[in-house]
Amino acid sequence: MISGDRVISRAEVCAVACADAWRGDGEILASAFGTIPAIGARLARATFAPDLMLTDGEALLVSGTWPVDEPAPGPVEGWLPFRAIFDLVWAGRRHAMMIPSQIDRFGNMNISAIGPFEHPDRQLIGMRGAPGNTVCHPVSYWVPRHLPRVFVPRVDVICGVGYDRGIPVDLPRVVTNLAVLDFGGPSHAMRLVSVHPGVTVDEVTENTSFDLVIDGAVPQTRRPTDDELALIREVIDPRRTRDREVPGS
Amino acid sequence: MTDKRMTADEVAGELRSGMTIGIGGWGSRRKPMALVRAILRSGLTDLTVVSYGGPDVGLLCAAGKISRLIYGFVSLDSIPLEPHFQAARQAGTIEATEYDEGMLQWALYAAALGLPFLPTRAGLGSDVLRVNPELRTVRSPYPDDTELLAVPALPLDAALIHLNRADAAGTAQVLGPDLYFDDLYAAAAASTYVSCERLVPTGALITDGGFSSLRINRWMTAGVVTAQNGAHFTSCAPDYDRDEAFQRKYVAAAKDPLAWREFEDTYLSGSEADYQAAVTG
Repeated sequence: MISGDRVISRAEVCAVACADAWRGDGEILASAFGTIPAIGARLARATFAPDLMLTDGEALLVSGTWPVDEPAPGPVEGWLPFRAIFDLVWAGRRHAMMIPSQIDRFGNMNISAIGPFEHPDRQLIGMRGAPGNTVCHPVSYWVPRHLPRVFVPRVDVICGVGYDRGIPVDLPRVVTNLAVLDFGGPSHAMRLVSVHPGVTVDEVTENTSFDLVIDGAVPQTRRPTDDELALIREVIDPRRTRDREVPGS
Repeated sequence: MTDKRMTADEVAGELRSGMTIGIGGWGSRRKPMALVRAILRSGLTDLTVVSYGGPDVGLLCAAGKISRLIYGFVSLDSIPLEPHFQAARQAGTIEATEYDEGMLQWALYAAALGLPFLPTRAGLGSDVLRVNPELRTVRSPYPDDTELLAVPALPLDAALIHLNRADAAGTAQVLGPDLYFDDLYAAAAASTYVSCERLVPTGALITDGGFSSLRINRWMTAGVVTAQNGAHFTSCAPDYDRDEAFQRKYVAAAKDPLAWREFEDTYLSGSEADYQAAVTG
């Protein structure tokens, strides 16, 4: 049981839900975009996925477990400049968690531009590696603010490839500040897997601009174990940077 | 050996309007900013720029130098979005060829090897093909019969890169952890100009780093420029980190026309020496 001074925050539930994305992945590179996925990747390696590889955010593979807001102390266990990352991507030995600006029912995602590509209303970062990532290795998604303008019927520019594009992809899960989703519905449609403690199913559907697949009663997302909570609070994120990405309990 | 030393302004003098120019580095990391600033001072226009883009792209967009940009992303790393690039795209003033970032590597590599294209899965199924309708696919001639995207070679008229050390003959050395794709830019270009933090005698190169740090060989380079702090405000590990405070100032100024004019007056209206004096003053 969790005592009164150990009330679990929403960010902590999200971090564990992100960690679970890498469960069973073996000896691959875990690439995390965003604070909470970074906490999740380190938590996964420190507990149930010890063979994962992690980088220092630049060009080195490092072992150990260290705070998300500090430079990696090492030890260095490998050299992974961008050239080597691209090789590893195309060889399929990676599971990335990326942050979509828009995502649709079949997992197509956009980080390129809002509005028509030829004359965008808002230019974003660009496709980056999303097209190659999604056709070469598993890609999960992290949405720090689950909103109708993120979960859209059609994305403006398909960067990450979804299940309806005629090419095999593997999109294991979507974690948001409200829920965990996957593509386990008919024809790989997006399905609501669980809602985080304190969130209702209606809250999720009202913030999603397409129909989610819902199979009967939706369970709650699992809570962190005491060991996981201790790792998050004492080792991986002692200064609670996670609360800036997802506030509240 | 040929002495290839020249100044940044002489490099700009070798370039022509309408050229396709590759710019090395990655995002806001080890960008040949002194050479970019020389282009800002020049009369060059109508450039096709190829870049893993950062403030190089932003500054050239703001100065109206770019007519077409070939890129996988444009970002300042610690600040995800590049404000001048965004403004240029939203105003429709540049033609955008947006690729998956791995496709860009393949395009440069194909050019470096003199091949018409290199095949990949990256891009298939995505809007890379919709927004770049000139792209074609090929079928594997082997029993797998796989359909692949044929990334066309992207030969460059010139490449600009910034390295930690170089000698007068144009051998250049990377001392940081990542060369990025600078060697591919160099090999894909008709002429490559390398700026460096410090010009050293050839014999000193091997004492500063191991032989695996000598990644830019002299056959790749046409000119060498000494440009200390020449990647500023991007990072140039291990010589210096990104100047985050200056980058924040750049972004704040870029978001307001009046503030931008003041930024230009303060930092970009004079020579490289004036720039360096202004940023340290």
